Formats: sequence, C-alpha cells, structure tokens
Amino acid sequence: MSRIFKYAFVIFWTLFVLAPLSWALVTSFKTPAAVNQGATFIPWVQFDPTLDGWKDILGISGYANLIPNMINSMIITFFASLISVTLGGLAAYGLSRFRYGWKYYGNSDIIFFFIAQRILPPVVLAIPFFLLLKNLRLLDTHLGLILVLTSGLMPIVVWLMVDFFNQIPREIDEMAMLEGCNPLQAFRRAILPLSKPGIAISAIFAVIFGWNDLFFALVLTFTEVKTLPAAVVALNGTVTPFWTLAASAIFSILPLIGFVFVVERYLAKGGFSGAVR
Amino acid sequence: MGINFYKRLFLLPGLLLLIAIIIFPLLFSIRVSFSSWNVSRSGLDFVGGANWARMWSDADFWGAMLRLLNFGVVTTSIQYILGFMLAHYVWQGIKSGRLFRLIWLVPLMTTPSIMAIVWRSIFREDIGAANGLLKSVGLSTIGWSTEIVPAMFTIYVAEIWQWTPFMFLFLLAGLLILPKEPFLAAEIDGSSPTRTFWRITLPLMAPISIGAILIRLIESSKIFDSIFVLTSAGPGNATETPTYFLWKRSLTEFQIAYGATLALTYLIVMIIVLTIVAKVLTYISRPRGW
Repeated sequence: MSRIFKYAFVIFWTLFVLAPLSWALVTSFKTPAAVNQGATFIPWVQFDPTLDGWKDILGISGYANLIPNMINSMIITFFASLISVTLGGLAAYGLSRFRYGWKYYGNSDIIFFFIAQRILPPVVLAIPFFLLLKNLRLLDTHLGLILVLTSGLMPIVVWLMVDFFNQIPREIDEMAMLEGCNPLQAFRRAILPLSKPGIAISAIFAVIFGWNDLFFALVLTFTEVKTLPAAVVALNGTVTPFWTLAASAIFSILPLIGFVFVVERYLAKGGFSGAVR
Repeated sequence: MGINFYKRLFLLPGLLLLIAIIIFPLLFSIRVSFSSWNVSRSGLDFVGGANWARMWSDADFWGAMLRLLNFGVVTTSIQYILGFMLAHYVWQGIKSGRLFRLIWLVPLMTTPSIMAIVWRSIFREDIGAANGLLKSVGLSTIGWSTEIVPAMFTIYVAEIWQWTPFMFLFLLAGLLILPKEPFLAAEIDGSSPTRTFWRITLPLMAPISIGAILIRLIESSKIFDSIFVLTSAGPGNATETPTYFLWKRSLTEFQIAYGATLALTYLIVMIIVLTIVAKVLTYISRPRGW
C-alpha cells in the first residue's frame, strides 16, 4: 500500500516538475503565429515546429546572441562559488569545532549573522551596492559582481556546512591530531574526504544561486559584463516573445544540468560510524 | 602555533570578507533612513525620525507584512512536507533514483524571473496552457490574474515548483549523514518503518530541518519575481508583499529614504520573527523520553 502511494507520488511529482518545462520546450519551437492562436501542445500535429526561437537567441538570425552572456555568467558563477565554498566551508568548520565569543555573543550568534545577510531583498541593497562599486571603480566588472554575489552565497554554505560538520564525530579530528597533524592538516586530510556530500550540495546551491541572480546583475553591470539572466530579461520588450524566452529558459539551464549531473554522484549515503578507528 | 591561531584562521577570512562587503550598504541604509532623499532631491540631509514615524502608521506596508505571514508559513510548510517526502524516498532507495533526483533538481536550476514568464504564458487567460487544458476537457476557463484566489494559486504553484527542490536537496544532505547505529538498533528491536520514522529519523533530522525551514522562510519572504510577472501585486493589492511594496517605493517612485526605512524595519521584524521561530522549533523538537 505504502509502496503504491510512494510511486504514485513520485510519478505525480515528476510530471508536475516536467510540465512547465515541456511547455517551455514546445513553445520554443513555435512561430509567433502558433503561439498567438491559442494553446497547442503537440508539434507536427497541432502546429509546425520551427527553429526560429532558437536562431534568435544563438546569434544566427542577428536578433540576439546569448553565448557571450553565458560565458560571463560562467566566469562570475565559478569564482563567486569557489570563494564562497572555500571560505564558507572553513568558517563552518571553525564554527563547528571551536568556541568563538565576544561578550555575550557566541557561535550561534555568528552563524545567525551569516544567514541574516540573506534577509534583505536585493531591491534594498541595489542602491548602496551601486554606490559602493562606483567608488571602488568596480561597476560593470566581473570582480564587482563576484564580490557582491559572494556575500549572498557564502551564508548558504556556512548555514548548511555547520550542521554537516557537527554530524562528523570529533574523534576523527582528535585522532588525526594525535598522529601529529595540526588543525588545518587534520581538516584537510581527515575531514575533507568525509565531507564530499556536504561540499557537493553547497557547491550545487552556490552555483545555482549565483547563476540565477538577476537583480544585482541588472543594477551593477551594463554593457561590458552582461550575465545570461540579465540578457534574457532584456529580450523581453513591449511584446513578450514567448518563443524566444522559452528557448532561452531551456538554454540557460543546460550548463547547470551538466554541472549537477557531474557533482551529484558525490551525494552517496555517508554515515561516519565506520570512520572512527 | 597555538590553537587560537587556527581558530581564527578558519573563521576570520570568510567573516571579514562578508563584513567588508556588507558594512557599507548597511550603514548607508541606516544613514539614508534619517534623510529626505527622494526623486526631487538627492543627498544626505537630516530630517530626524520623519520616515520612521511615517512607516509606523503606513497601513499598506503592515498589510503587506501580514499577507507575507500567511504566504511564508503556507509555502514553507508545503515545501517542507513535500521536500521531506521526496528526500526520504531517495534516501530509502527508489528505482532509477539518480534519474529522479536529477529531474527533481531541475526547477531549482531555472531562473525564477524567466520561469515566472513561462508560468505567465501557462496561466494566460486567452492563449495559456492551463485554460487550454481546461477547455479541452470541457471545463470552464478560469480568470487566473483577475480573481484573488486563482491569482494567489498561480503564485503558490510557481513558488512550490521552484523551491521544493531546495528543501529536497537540503534535507537529503541531512539524511545522507545520519549515523547508522540508531537505525540498526531499531531494526534489531523490530520497530515498524512508521515508528522508526517518527521516533528516530524525524528527531535526528531536527537540527537540519530547523535550518532548512529558517532559510526557506527567509528566502520565500523575499518573493518578488513571480508576483512582479504573474500578478503585479493584483488584483487590487491582494498579492502585494513587502518586497514588492519596497521596490515600488524605492525604485519606481525613488523614495530612497523611505525605502531604506522600510527595508530596515523589515530586517528588524524578520530577525525578531526568525529568532522566535527558531526558539519555538528547537523547543518542540527537543529530545524527549521514549
């Protein structure tokens, strides 16, 4: 009984997930006329598919070319995620293993400080970040956007990794230190290899959130460094061209699917019981 | 080198970088909230607490905050339950688990603003897929953006579709690192799967569940893209949330000073609410006897 419910739910959810994506995929092969004549679902039967939507975003028809924007997005996402996962992972390990404090404030307050960075909506931070980057001459540069994004991505990494490191028994660090490692070496040699699922998930979150940032990209970059979401939104003129937008929606998740496919293999069942000698 | 050196080595690089990036925007917002910076005059004069007094009696702002309470609680709970079910299934093992896992993560990879446009095209009254499907099975069409309940429904659907994978992945991370011993012990005792779930899995997952719920409350409270694209806060202002309200005040009407005041108020209210929620959840999930 519970097995039937389980697979029924799994199939229902999978269909729900795929529904809007298939709609977008189908729409991306429609002509403007086919979009406007009403809802149709099956190519060849209900409408004649064309590649116009795709040609429009890949620079073939001269309408728009999103490939340079994709490269910008890749550079920015890669470095922002790398900084966030490295520094955030180290901070999370510190917060999980040592006691920090200043007057009445302790570890839990520091962790809350990290996550509190995510409370303010980008709308609010846009103007002060604009002025900050302007004074640092970092407007419309890769570095400027990388720094701003890092402040949003690192908190997620810390928030996730502290819980994660807390689950790894302390005996493992102590054992390594008894064998003559200093804390940094113990972290690198004993803890890191056990942390692959946590690092994989942090990296997935950081990359996805960095990739999909729209608001900061719109406000802090203009011509030199235009990211993919910003370029896609710029396509959206007075009339929403659903066919090109659908194509670009599919286009912009392809690199992420590739990345997650590679990283996802590290999400294996851990359990650290066997790791203590 | 002493332990204190390493202690600082781990935490400080990240913490200091974060402070360096965030300190200016924060101080700047506080200072601006005491000025009269708006569309006709920019600059940092000092008008005392005028903006703060206006905020206090701004019924529209507090109305949006109350609406958010309903929205945040409902979407976060639904996402938690669905995300936990999916994560638990993958963790227990299902056929083609890796394929499902990958498919379920795809919504998270889509850009919310672009997906909002796709949802808009689905819920368009005239040429959208939702009404198209309703018509093809002989039902009457629904005014997705003109009626309050359907308008809220479209936003809930878009949010749940987009962010349940986040819960799923976060909770899966927690399940993957649970210690094995309690489950072995339960198996030896002949505990039923249901009992094992309520007595072992769920309590062991409490810390990571609280983490996931708090971060989703934070994130879902910032909802903007789907409201902007799907309903423009309408019909009337039935789907207006604080972020939309803030955006209207600060970036379309350029009431920069008042916008900063609203933002700081939002920040303070959120910190208080989240602290209370964290305390309550920790209390509910405290370890108890069997």
